[in-house]
Amino acid sequence: MNPYDFLVGPFIEFEFMRRALAGSLALALGGAPVGVFLMLRRMSLTGDAMAHAILPGAAVGFLFAGLNLFAMTAGGIAAGVTVAVGAGLIARSTGLKEDASLAAFYLVSLALGVLIVSIKGSNIDLLHVLFGTVLALDDATLILIASIATVSLVALAVIWRPLVLECVDPNYLRSVSRSGAPTHLVFLALMVLNLVGGFHALGTLLAVGIMMLPAAAARFWAKELTAMIALAIVMAVFSGYAGLLLSYHTGAAAGPAIILVAGIVYAASVLLGPVGGLKRHFVRVRHLEA
Amino acid sequence: MFARLLAIVLLALSVSSARAQEKLPVVATFSILGDLVKNVGGDRIVVATLVQPNGDAHVFQPSPADAKTLADAKVIFMNGIGLEGWLDRLIKASGSKGRIVIAAKGIEPHEMKDDDAHGRAQKQAHAHKLDPHAWQSVANVKIYVANIRDALIAADPSGREAYEKNAAEYLRRLSAVENEIKGTVAKIPPAKRRVITSHDAFGYFASAYGIEFIAPQGVSTESEASARDVARIIRQIRAQKIPAVFLENISDPRLMQQIVKETGAKIGGTVYSDSLSGTDGPAATYIDMMEHNIRQFAAALID
Repeated sequence: MNPYDFLVGPFIEFEFMRRALAGSLALALGGAPVGVFLMLRRMSLTGDAMAHAILPGAAVGFLFAGLNLFAMTAGGIAAGVTVAVGAGLIARSTGLKEDASLAAFYLVSLALGVLIVSIKGSNIDLLHVLFGTVLALDDATLILIASIATVSLVALAVIWRPLVLECVDPNYLRSVSRSGAPTHLVFLALMVLNLVGGFHALGTLLAVGIMMLPAAAARFWAKELTAMIALAIVMAVFSGYAGLLLSYHTGAAAGPAIILVAGIVYAASVLLGPVGGLKRHFVRVRHLEA
Repeated sequence: MFARLLAIVLLALSVSSARAQEKLPVVATFSILGDLVKNVGGDRIVVATLVQPNGDAHVFQPSPADAKTLADAKVIFMNGIGLEGWLDRLIKASGSKGRIVIAAKGIEPHEMKDDDAHGRAQKQAHAHKLDPHAWQSVANVKIYVANIRDALIAADPSGREAYEKNAAEYLRRLSAVENEIKGTVAKIPPAKRRVITSHDAFGYFASAYGIEFIAPQGVSTESEASARDVARIIRQIRAQKIPAVFLENISDPRLMQQIVKETGAKIGGTVYSDSLSGTDGPAATYIDMMEHNIRQFAAALID
């Protein structure tokens, strides 16, 4: 088999492969920058918590309307935004730290979702919600994911300055401007949007992977924020492409294959990355420049 | 007033519980088996079903209420052939003294035709790579019915006459369905007896009635289809000009629609394999399900 047939052929021959590629491209564009900011704000595990918070909303939407794009998206966004904004507001207006209030919110949301599903008494197809179907992206789903990527990039550009400042020195930002809280809430909303987009393609749990793994990997190659985000996007796009090829040639399930490639990229970055990778013998990078 | 109301309620309760005691409480693991048991047992038994209609017996999550149902049951009917990997633990946990009856006992199980299939449910099963969906052949269900009849007689000897009469009547109806299916398949041109369905639960149907089924997913609904599987199916539909693609009530319809879009194959109606539909659905009973399925296949395969 020549390299062209191996690397490009599947996408020429099959429309579903092209759609899957377009979907993962959009996911990478929207999700990877959000992931980088999550990482810089030490909120890497927040994405995971939010994925759990979204699942019940999507499940409720599914139970009422079946595999309906609109119902599942609306349910997921509603649950995700409620949890993210609720946790964010409580963290900012009370003494409770953000991680604790988020944990409280998402656990309640998860319990509520499981309860509703069990009342309905049917376990159908929740596994499809968990694992997603990158191989079955129809027009509506693709448009949804692409719109989310577009909204994310535009919104990130708008809140860029305060967002970066808040990552680096939230106290300084608070002293010069009152944009800290709105910026934070917009950012949380972006994270929810991207996770909801990701679960249509990859499933709730794997959606976090395409957001966080490239971000964590890019951290080992770049000191400068813009470069880091660009690298994260490139790595996420590569993971999507290589993961689909892996699934096509070996028969591995597509969603996990994509995340696995992202994991391999991450592992290679940990070992070889010039910025604080193992290769540099645990040299510590003092601070990330913005 | 309140005292009178209470008295009426208590009376009603005691009457209903007395009536319930007369009936033999039994459990069937999933909806299709429950329907068979109901037909043989008639009004002498009360059947509780663990996996509800439209639920998936491969990945069932039992609730405490299910354990209680099991604990009260005198007879527990299960399919066997590795379908209910979760049942052993549940029965032990419930402390049930009910007799366990394997409805598929005496049936020669088929191997799964796809060696690639590797769902988790299958690994958990005692029988490796055996296809549990034996009820898709009516001939097998006649064996199920005989097993159910014998088990009910053993548990409730005074009902022997009723069970034998019910079973004989139901076996007659099954024969009629079997003839209808064979007659319908005979009308389909042999070259067109090929169908794609999203869940390969029709292995027994295929060998009994001669329609070939090709599935994009493995035997367990838990295993996710890979890009290679989907590509193979699309190539196959294009190369062999397979006329129809069928959705199933418990697999992902989005994947099927994508395949249809890419091949131009006709999309058939919903067919039922692992579970019945709800009571107002087209497959409320086993016989309804088989009749519904063959009508759907015929509609898509006969021009």
